[in-house]
Amino acid sequence: MADVGNIVRVSGVTKNFKLGKVEVQALKGVDLEIPTGYYISIMGPSGSGKSTLFNMIGGLDKPTTGKVFIDEVDIAQLDAYELAWLRCRKIGYIFQTFNIIQVMTALENVTLPMIFGGMNNDEAVEKGMQLLDLVGLGERFSHKPFELSGGQQQRVAIARALANDPAIILADEPTGNLDLKTGEEIITLLKSLSKERKVTVISATHDIKMLNVSDQVVWIRDGRIDKIENRDELKISVGVVATR
Amino acid sequence: MKNITLSSIDADKVARLVVLPFAKSIEIAFKSIRVRFFRSMITTMSLVLAVSFLSFIRVSNDVANGLLAAGNPTYRQSLINAGYDLQPEETRIESSPKQRWIVILSLLVCVVGIVNAQLMAVTERFREIGTMKCLGALDRFVLRLFLLEAGMQGLAGAGVGSLLGGVCAILNGLASFGMDAMGNLPFMDAWTSVLFAVVVGCVLSLLGVLYPAILAARMQPVEAMRAEH
Ligand SMILES: Nc1ncnc2c1ncn2[C@@H]1O[C@H](COP(=O)(O)OP(=O)(O)OP(=O)(O)O)[C@@H](O)[C@H]1O
Ligand SMILES: [Mg+2]
Repeated sequence: MADVGNIVRVSGVTKNFKLGKVEVQALKGVDLEIPTGYYISIMGPSGSGKSTLFNMIGGLDKPTTGKVFIDEVDIAQLDAYELAWLRCRKIGYIFQTFNIIQVMTALENVTLPMIFGGMNNDEAVEKGMQLLDLVGLGERFSHKPFELSGGQQQRVAIARALANDPAIILADEPTGNLDLKTGEEIITLLKSLSKERKVTVISATHDIKMLNVSDQVVWIRDGRIDKIENRDELKISVGVVATR
Repeated sequence: MKNITLSSIDADKVARLVVLPFAKSIEIAFKSIRVRFFRSMITTMSLVLAVSFLSFIRVSNDVANGLLAAGNPTYRQSLINAGYDLQPEETRIESSPKQRWIVILSLLVCVVGIVNAQLMAVTERFREIGTMKCLGALDRFVLRLFLLEAGMQGLAGAGVGSLLGGVCAILNGLASFGMDAMGNLPFMDAWTSVLFAVVVGCVLSLLGVLYPAILAARMQPVEAMRAEH
């Protein structure tokens, strides 16, 4: 695996938020390299800056200082069109709150990124059906989100995230609003996708179950990286966490 | 491995454009209205009323002008009896300044109502907008969707309102002047008045959505997602 490049490189990223007169420093200088094809979990207590980092990597927000590179391209240098293209083709997002577009059916949700990506409608529908089958929702393509359970909505979100065969899947607490069993299913699904499709999965989480499937765990605390552990080092600390 | 991804980027560079075909925009806008039918109807209601008022005033004048143009002195008398302020030498009835003011005021109130309703609609849809942007939507896709929705709402609302106003004006003419009102009605003029009211209605609807839509289109995805929490 020595020749595997870094798909994401975060370099000296800080992020300040202004709340009235007070400045909150959500990220205090983060350096991180994520190798292509890895399954990464970002762990940390609530408020430690996971979502903020997630938004930076995903090009959804801009760092106060520092740089984020995707495929060695500094995303701050991209114009609006290139950024939209990046969000559309390179990255698939999965959110804690699912963020399925409520007024569209499952299938329409999955096909929308493909339409944006320039695919024609018939192809998009065909691929959308395949993806819904893949996440086990082939039967329910015509359902509106409010007719689906939380776990099913999250599956739709995963299918949608895969629509344009992204290189990266960014998941911010994908199991945060799901029960234990459903959460496990979602994790297994993400893991198998990363294995089979060689997608890099970056997932912010509180979920200890995520650790078992991760190639690397990034512990973040108070806006800084606490430690980075590879899979083999992990068992020990999982034991520690579990006994806490 | 790295080389493969890099070269695939180079190949893609030519086609690094996100698109939303026009037909698809119309489909999305139409579905969006249908799903939120009740909400759309409320947004459009003030437009229906204002446009039907405009259309009523104009078609009523057309009816009166038709009678006047017939040159029959009894028509002239019944017009005066019906409250038209006719000087002996006048051969055409224009809308009075008072009428014009009321119409303009009602249209203004209607635009304000649309802006208000659309601002609320946009706020409700922040999450949807943010999600679309995460999926790669450009600002102008969002803008276009909102304008299309408003255009369709405007067309439907103004169409209904204008016809309603026109029909009421003709019924009113029939009640005041009997069948003569129909017999002398210049149909071309009446149609023009109705169409004019439809066009005005559409323009107002688009005008009303412009500011809310620009606001929505400019939203950064993170802001849009956070807004609802
Ligand atoms: N838009 C914002 N405006 C102001 N402060 C913010 C904003 N976003 C995040 N913060 C602050 O930044 C810090 C990190 O927040 P963040 O959402 O990244 O935490 P998190 O690790 O994702 O937490 P959780 O596990 O609860 O989701 C928090 O102190 C939060 O108050
Ligand atoms: Mg978070």
